[in-house]
Amino acid sequence: MPKKELAKLLKKEQLKPDIFKISLEAPEIVADAKPGNFIEIRVTNQIEPFLRRPISIYNMDKEKGILEMIFQVKGKGTKILSEKKEGEMIDILGPLGFGTFEYKSYNNLAIIGGGIGVFPLYELAKEAKAENKKVNTYLGFRSEEFVVLEDEFKKMSDELILTTDDGSYAKKGFAINYLEKDIEEGKVDSIYACGPLPMLKAVQKLAIEKEIPCQISLEEKMACGMGDCLGCAVKKAESPKEQPEYWHVCKAGPVFNAKEVEI
Amino acid sequence: MNTKITFAGIEMKNPVTVASGTFGYGREYSQLFDLNKLGGIITKGTSLKPKSGNKPPRVCETSSGMLNSIGLQNPGVEYFAKYDLPFLRKFDTAVIVNACGSSIDEYVELCKILNTLDIDGVELNLSCPNVKEGCMAFGNTYEGVKKVTSEVRKVLDKPLIVKLTPNVTDIASIAKAVEDAGADGVSLINTLLGMKIDIDKRKPVLANNTGGLSGPAIKPVAVRMVYQVAQAVNIPILGMGGIINGEDAIEFMLAGANAISIGAGNFVDPFTSIETVNGIEKYMKKYNIEDINDIIGKVEMN
Repeated sequence: MPKKELAKLLKKEQLKPDIFKISLEAPEIVADAKPGNFIEIRVTNQIEPFLRRPISIYNMDKEKGILEMIFQVKGKGTKILSEKKEGEMIDILGPLGFGTFEYKSYNNLAIIGGGIGVFPLYELAKEAKAENKKVNTYLGFRSEEFVVLEDEFKKMSDELILTTDDGSYAKKGFAINYLEKDIEEGKVDSIYACGPLPMLKAVQKLAIEKEIPCQISLEEKMACGMGDCLGCAVKKAESPKEQPEYWHVCKAGPVFNAKEVEI
Repeated sequence: MNTKITFAGIEMKNPVTVASGTFGYGREYSQLFDLNKLGGIITKGTSLKPKSGNKPPRVCETSSGMLNSIGLQNPGVEYFAKYDLPFLRKFDTAVIVNACGSSIDEYVELCKILNTLDIDGVELNLSCPNVKEGCMAFGNTYEGVKKVTSEVRKVLDKPLIVKLTPNVTDIASIAKAVEDAGADGVSLINTLLGMKIDIDKRKPVLANNTGGLSGPAIKPVAVRMVYQVAQAVNIPILGMGGIINGEDAIEFMLAGANAISIGAGNFVDPFTSIETVNGIEKYMKKYNIEDINDIIGKVEMN
């Protein structure tokens, strides 16, 4: 059930020139949140920019009531958010999304992320690791300057494979190629993905071909985040092209069974 | 202090309602606050058969507002009657169904069904700008509005409100058509047709190219139109367009609105409607207003 909370900004860190991590004190929201959930942040109490910003949860500390998000500055809203000062109160709504990462019935998890899509996967890796699941993580970045959270994911993974498209850091190529190899070697019983659309499409195709259960986290432009504006539509996989039917990212998602969506 | 109003024969505990398409059928918001506090709920646009809506992207932000092109996605009247109406009826608030169709026959068939349901009234949607057939295609001429409204009036005994599009030259004449056809009230404004272009891709942001503009950006247009309609007709007005607090609501009521709706404001803060109820009471206290009905249409023009 979503709640509105005025959350204190406890800490802000700049991870890259345009990437920030914020820690918020939000005990009510964090109590109900699951890996894969997101929150809607109102960056101003004025009318410009108008809408809240949906941002995925990076990390949670349920005991201390702390919620952490990592975001890239992309426009007006995220710019304002990146300029908030520690101690400021921020209006947030959450946890949002009913589709979350479901890993409990699996034991050999493959977590694959690309670029800024790696952030919502961290809490999943952390929780799965705490439950003694085997976690193999595959992270792909464009080049060395975009690599983030290597140490954090390393701690929560049995094996971390890191790739850059141009080979400027770690392994050269795409993370999915290493995932495919591990699938063929029988090391994977479930896949969890978030990242750019071409990567998600490739992971979706691979998972369906290899008949491995797969969840993918999606994004789409949205307003309310609660299932009322019906803005964030994504096509249901089984619906015909001439008469498409839609899920909504904020409600059925943001994490979907890869078989259920056409992306 | 009295905040009760009667709008188009529907009694409401206060003049604050939530606009169609911004509140679903109330379920999500009911998890956040007590729906009993609202004067009324105008449901998501509901059609005879389920509609799946338009391709995404369907929404985008604009200066002090947003564009949407949802395309009237809804589960259809049968589903509404079975699952959503019983839920809404648990609350002590007026339930008005926003009815949409793509032909006169469809509007009539739908309203025949709505006439049998336990609802307080119907808001006839002659103003959605995001579907090819029906709605705004009827809503932008005097004849079109009069024809659809008259046909629906024949089959609907419940209060009939017609929602008007602002995408016309003379909204007062359209409101007159509603009154002449025997409806009980008008609601205005629906969204203004707009477009946003992604200058990097050189393409419109919305998949449907155009969409309806809502939010504070359209408020002055809405206030002006409410005033013009109030001068032209004797039926009551449900005013909306960019209202996000009690002060905005009062502005609409001074212009001639008997009740108001919160639309896009619900998306920014789900508590906007409740805060608007509180804001109206604050204004009444400040100016010693005993009865909210006393301010309706009380703007003094220069």
